[in-house]
This record gives sequence, C-alpha cells and structure tokens, in this order.
Amino acid sequence: MTEAALETVDVTCVFQVGQGFLRGSKPLRAVNGVSLKIPRGQVVGLVGESGCGKSTMANILLGLQRPSSGDVLYSGNSAAGFSRRQIARRIQPIFQDPYSSLNPTKTIEAIISQPLRIHNVGAPSEWTARVTEMLDVVGLPRRVAASYPSQLSGGQRQRVAIARALVMRPEVVICDEPTSALDVSVQSQILNLLQDLKEEFGLTYLLISHNLAVVQHMADRVAVMYLGRIVEEADSDALFDDPRHPYTRALLGSVLTPDPRLGVPDTHLGTIFPNPIDPPSGCPFHPRCPNCTDICQSVPPHLVSDGDHETECHLYGGAS
Amino acid sequence: MASGVILEVENLRVDIPVAAGMLHPVRGIGFSVSRGETLCIVGESGCGKSLTSLAIMGLLPKTAQRTADRMDFLGRDIRHLGEREMARQRGGSMSMIFQEPMTSLNPSYTIGNQLAEVHLRHVGQNRTAARDRAVFLLEKVGISAAASRLGQYPHQLSGGQRQRVMIAMALMCGPELIIADEPTTALDVTIQAQILHLLAELQREFQMGMILITHDLGIVARVADKVQVMYAGKTVEEGPCETVFDAPMHPYTQGLLRCIPIPGLTRRGERLGSVPGIVPNLVGTLSGCMFRNRCDHARDACANMRDEPTHMGDGHAYTCLRAPEEILGERQAAGTP
Repeated sequence: MTEAALETVDVTCVFQVGQGFLRGSKPLRAVNGVSLKIPRGQVVGLVGESGCGKSTMANILLGLQRPSSGDVLYSGNSAAGFSRRQIARRIQPIFQDPYSSLNPTKTIEAIISQPLRIHNVGAPSEWTARVTEMLDVVGLPRRVAASYPSQLSGGQRQRVAIARALVMRPEVVICDEPTSALDVSVQSQILNLLQDLKEEFGLTYLLISHNLAVVQHMADRVAVMYLGRIVEEADSDALFDDPRHPYTRALLGSVLTPDPRLGVPDTHLGTIFPNPIDPPSGCPFHPRCPNCTDICQSVPPHLVSDGDHETECHLYGGAS
Repeated sequence: MASGVILEVENLRVDIPVAAGMLHPVRGIGFSVSRGETLCIVGESGCGKSLTSLAIMGLLPKTAQRTADRMDFLGRDIRHLGEREMARQRGGSMSMIFQEPMTSLNPSYTIGNQLAEVHLRHVGQNRTAARDRAVFLLEKVGISAAASRLGQYPHQLSGGQRQRVMIAMALMCGPELIIADEPTTALDVTIQAQILHLLAELQREFQMGMILITHDLGIVARVADKVQVMYAGKTVEEGPCETVFDAPMHPYTQGLLRCIPIPGLTRRGERLGSVPGIVPNLVGTLSGCMFRNRCDHARDACANMRDEPTHMGDGHAYTCLRAPEEILGERQAAGTP
C-alpha cells in the first residue's frame, strides 16, 4: 500500500455531556479507538448513520478538535509538531451545506482568496489572478468573482467551496457529505468535478457520506463506522461485493437503487439507535443485530483481519 | 369518474406576483390518484412539485393565485371551497407529511397532545377516544411503549421516531389521501428504508391514495405505481413506474437516470452523466419547451413547441418534439436505456 497522507492511531474523543442541573456529567465517546489510514492519492469513504462519529473524525483530522487520546499523523509526523495553521495548509474541508458554509456578506473573490490572506501567500496583487484561475478550475464563469453567495445556486456555491478548499493546493481534502444538499443533476456535476480535480492536482480525499451509491462510485477503500468504532474496513470492491459485518449488510440493504421491480427492503434493524452516552454492553451493535448470540451481549469483539478486509464482529471469530 | 379515483386534477396552475413580474412555478399540471395507488412526482428543486402539493391542500401563500380546470376530491369540486371547509378536509380526509419532522411538530406540546388535537378537531369525540386512537397508531407505526410516549416532547425523540409520529398524526382521522413531501430526505438511509416500508404497508392496509413528492429516483422506483416527472412547472413525462424507468422518452428523464451512480452498473471513477446548465427563470411570459437550453437534442422548433404529449399507450406519455421512432432507434443503437 502507498504511504499514508493522513493517519489516525487509536484516536479516542470523549465529550463530557451534562446530565442536567446538579446531576454532573457523563462521558460520551464520540470516537472510540479509531485507527484509519488514508493512502496518498486515494479516496477513502467513511460511512455510517448520523451520530456515529463521522463528523467528529473529520474535525479531528482537520485539527479543529483535539483527540482525548491517540494521535493523528500527517505524512507520518505526529500532529503535536504542527500548528493549526500548518495543518490547514495541508488539509482542507468541503462541507455539506453550501448555504451555511459561505459567508453571505463577502464576495466570492473575498471568500476564495481568504486562505491566501490568512496564510500570507504571495503578494496581494497576485490574489485576483489566483482566484480567477480557481474559478476556471471549478468551472465557474469569471464574472461571479464580484457576486455574493446569495446570487448563486446551490451547485455554484458548492463549486465556490471547492475553489476555496483548493486555492492553497492542499494534499488532502475532507469532503463531509459534499453532495447531500444538492439536486441529482447537480450532484453528478460536483462528483465529476471532484473526480477531475483529484487527477489534476493529485489529491487525496476522505469522503464522508451516508449515500453508499456515491461512496461506491468514488472510493477506493471504505470504512464503516458504528457508535464511534470502525466495524468494517476493506477495499471498495471487497466491501460492496462481500459485506461481512451485519451492520454493513443492513446499510447496503437499505440502498434504494432505481429498480422498479424491487420493493422497499425491510432491514430488520429496529428503530432504536443506542444512546452513545450509555452504549450497549458487549458488541455495541447487538441490540439491532439479526445475528446476535449470547457472546455478543457480553464480550466486545476484536478486529479480525483477512488480508486487507478488517471486520469487528464475533461471527468472524473475534472473541479470542 | 372511475369508482376508485380519489383525486383528479386538470390543468393546475399557480402564479405568484413577484417584484420582477409574474412567477409561474406550476404551469398546467394534471393527474389522478386512485384508492391504494401511489403517484410519485419527481423533479429537482424549483420545478414546482412542492407548490403542487400545497395547491391541492389549499395551503399556498396568500399572494399566490391558483387556477385549475378541474380539482375533484372524492367526487367533489374543491376549487372554490372556503377556508373553513378546506380546513375540515385537511387532516381529516386528506393529510400531509412534511419533510422536516423537527420543524413540523410543535416543540412545546407533548406528542399525545398534538396527536389528540387532530382527532378532537375532526372527529370530535372525547379525549379518551382520541388517546386510544393515538396509542393504536403509534404502535402501528412502530413506536415502542406507545402509551408512555404520549407524555413526551418532540425533542425527546430521534429523527426517525419523529417522522413516525408525523405519519401517525396524518393517519389519525383515517384519511383517503396522503400527500408526503420528501418524507425521508432528512433521515439516514437505514431509517429511510424503514419509513418507506412502513408507509407502503399502511397504505396497503388502509387502501389510501398517496402522492409522494421526491427528487430521489431510487425511492420513486421502489414505491411508485405511477410516475410524473416535472420540469419547470410542467409534466415532461408520465406513466407507469416500470415503463418510465425501463424506457424513458424525455431527454430530461433520461438525463436524470444517467446522473445517479448505481452500484453494479456505473463503474468507479467513470464520469457520471450530467444535465448541464441550470433551471430556467419562470418569471414573465414563457413559451416553448423550457428544457431546450439544457437539452442535447434541442432544435429551433423547440422554442415554439406546444404542450402536446406523445402517447405511447398504457398511460405513458412525454412532451417532446422527438418522435418515438427516433428515440427508440437511438436506444437500440446504444443498447442501453
């Protein structure tokens, strides 16, 4: 495998959640011992339901959230050696909602050139040229430089967000649900653009999404998160062809492909997403698992590797 | 009128005066829904699909003007019903499920209160009857310990549970027609599948008609009996679900279907199809096919085209100048839909 552009080593992130007046607080393990490698030049997909810790992971990788324990490695070097600003030069985010991620009071030019200003890159006279270049790259007409976000459509705004992320030529881009807020036809335009930019700038992506069809289309490797743990991780083909963890299977079973001959699948997952403050004993997935056995209720499973395919489930002998 | 038809709409238009002139978000839509049937209205933002549903419910903003050649609900013309009479229908025999369950439930009243209110208002029996109905329906929609949930507030429930409460509320008075506007867009994939499964089951059990409004073609394929594709306030293609997905005729429908990555069909890294350009502005006088500026097959005649759908039989029709032979020939040559 190629060198990791970004890697987390046993990262845990605990928040203290208040229980109300005089009741003290309880720990919430948003991310619980996650080791994830993002190889240079690849696309790693991170999937899971809301509340599983995907976005906390993104914040940790961006240096916006300090992990409680564990380490983040940037090209093999510990995060401790980097300032926030240095991390920001290497890693940039694209967020889900282009309506709230762009400052409505600034022009598009000011938005795209802000990273240059903050990092003091080049002379201010060059900034306009850089902005124009980025507008060309993301396929926006040059005249929008003087516009405000409210004058643009959702797809155009997401292109601005991409231009802003790429103006510093980062190594890694964290795409947190980059197309969820967009229409289908716009979604495909943005996915194609992300694909092209990856080739052009040699980018590495972490693609966080709950849309598995999008993840399958984009990602080389996929990690499935449940309640702060990565429960399955494999190369994209292996994961989609041979999903092992019952949760991964349920997720894949819930994908509604446009096939009019199939009905709505019944996932048998149950409705209750466990409370992350008070996670279930044993395997955290056991209350919803169709393959639950006695051992699942008491003993947490270990990660089992089969080549590149890692699964954390008792079905695959994780009890040792 | 066929015996099973619940709602019949012809040439529905909505016009809204705006600063720049008259906005025409819905420009002559027609459809019918029968008992036990699901009609899916698909389209992108701004195509008028949500306004269509609000127009049926009589919930349009005050400035909007609604006209229609026909709007018959349960055999009764509802075009000129007064607000009081419409309010009696809404929540009674026709009800609606909105997209965002957090904003459509009142955060300061308990679930039980909000569920009972619908029943008391429309059925008018006593509180015990309303409460019993609420518990019955909460169990029906898969909420555990239903009786104890009645005292809970919306913030104590998860997104999926809230949407279930919304569905229970829509069912309180045994409606004939349910309009669901993007009912699962705000939810996780797993919950989305569960909610759609539940809706389909309840619909079968109570033999309701359902209009489901969505932009997600995956949902449409799985739940619809009939599909209506909307673009710029007009129907560009309609027909039975399987036919429309197997043999889409309108360039817009074809474009939409090429846009979505489909596991097993589209290959990783391959470019997805796209519909270039953006939706047109619907202010002022509009003529011709509004899709022509984004269409690969546009020709001069498209600018003056009239709305005369080409019928393919079996209710399948599309509004485009291209002849069926041309489209079918092209499809055969390409070997793909």
